[in-house]
Amino acid sequence: MSNKIVLGLVLGGVLGILDGLTAWFTPAVRAGIVGIVFGSTFKGLIAGVLIGVFARKVHSLALGILFGLAVGAFLAWIIAFMQHGYYFQIMLPGAMVGLIVGYATQKYGASSQLQRA
Amino acid sequence: MKFLPDQIVARLQTGMQTPDLSGTRYRALELLGHGGMGTVWLAQDSILQRPVALKVLAAENSSADLAARLMQEAVVLARLEHPGIVPVHDAGTLADGRTFYCMKLVEGQTLDHYARKLPLRERLRLFQRIAEPLAFAHSRGIIHRDLKPANVMVGPFGEVLVMDWGLAKVMAATSASSATGQVSEHVTDATGLSSTGTQVSGHEFTRAVQGPFGSGALAPENSTAHGTVLGTPGYMAPEQERGEVNLIDQRTDIFAMGSILQSLLQEPPGSPEGESYSRPLRAICAKAMSAEMSARYASVQELAADVGRYLDGLPVSAYRENIFERTARLVSRNRVAVVLVLAYLFMRLLFILFSRR
Repeated sequence: MSNKIVLGLVLGGVLGILDGLTAWFTPAVRAGIVGIVFGSTFKGLIAGVLIGVFARKVHSLALGILFGLAVGAFLAWIIAFMQHGYYFQIMLPGAMVGLIVGYATQKYGASSQLQRA
Repeated sequence: MKFLPDQIVARLQTGMQTPDLSGTRYRALELLGHGGMGTVWLAQDSILQRPVALKVLAAENSSADLAARLMQEAVVLARLEHPGIVPVHDAGTLADGRTFYCMKLVEGQTLDHYARKLPLRERLRLFQRIAEPLAFAHSRGIIHRDLKPANVMVGPFGEVLVMDWGLAKVMAATSASSATGQVSEHVTDATGLSSTGTQVSGHEFTRAVQGPFGSGALAPENSTAHGTVLGTPGYMAPEQERGEVNLIDQRTDIFAMGSILQSLLQEPPGSPEGESYSRPLRAICAKAMSAEMSARYASVQELAADVGRYLDGLPVSAYRENIFERTARLVSRNRVAVVLVLAYLFMRLLFILFSRR
């Protein structure tokens, strides 16, 4: 079991990369794939850290999932707002990534106290 | 020709069995059970005002060897101070010359009765708890030698107690054994007899009382075999069945634990075959019950840990799973995570399909 923050960071980053790469299947945005992947990864990393910190403070699966969902959706909303569109296509996957990271950090992440022991 | 009615004969027999507790702090209340060596009585401790159980050597068995055996059993129990082992309060000789010892009165149900209505996972957790006092006894160099479901009691609060240490064997070269000065150079039974001496088996004394779990039977289902071979058929390791007393060590108890586990895996008649028929659990039983002692688990902790790994959805040491079983176990263990990831991928797939239109 890894540290909750590290787990959130890794999972958020990996899912962010995958999330960004799927833009390649949308011909309209394929040209800007590099920027999308970078942006998506950055968003995933930030979401991962925030969710990891929350998981360290609050030991509740339900709250962890809810917080992950909210953070993922909010960060995705910022991206969609900057893009002036694609709200549904950006916010739904973003919220789901947050939800998965929220679940994983609560379920699989080890608290720092446990790791020290 | 019948001189006396059966009821009077029975009363006379009970009267003869009743121990002479004069001069002691105990007052006999009720006969709880009887076995090959003696009787167990419910008694009242008049000083501490509490009910206790008295194990008293039967009047017809009051030979010096059996008296020494009963006393040795008390000594073994006294040595094993553990929440999972019945504590001995007192021991001595009664006014009628019979040896006795006083122990905590255990009220509850035997494992076989108690476990019947539990789901498999609860039964497995119960099994893990049986291993705790046993591991403690092994660490003190004491081998139970008569483990079976009838010798495990589960109290009204779920406490697990390993009972009937009458056949226990004290291993040599332990600090505990040297403390008594009654242990032979190699091995000594709880009888106090050396391994080459005459061996007589004991019987379990269990009391099942009306409680939150209902009532149970007084009489044990399996009686311990008499003769040179000590133990209960069906739960005895091969070396025990062959009477190879010098070979007996903690792995003999591990075999019996494997038998107990096997009995716990049996579903009640008519219920569907479920998880209890899983290969890892069967493999754990098979390893614990290997005919070869060296092939068994080295310690009871290892056996309990393997059961714990099964409960946690981890691979068990007794079973080498193939790639499909491993995948199925991982999916089963991380069901929610798998569903979330699949839902995410499905959503992504839908997005890709719709974006291509």
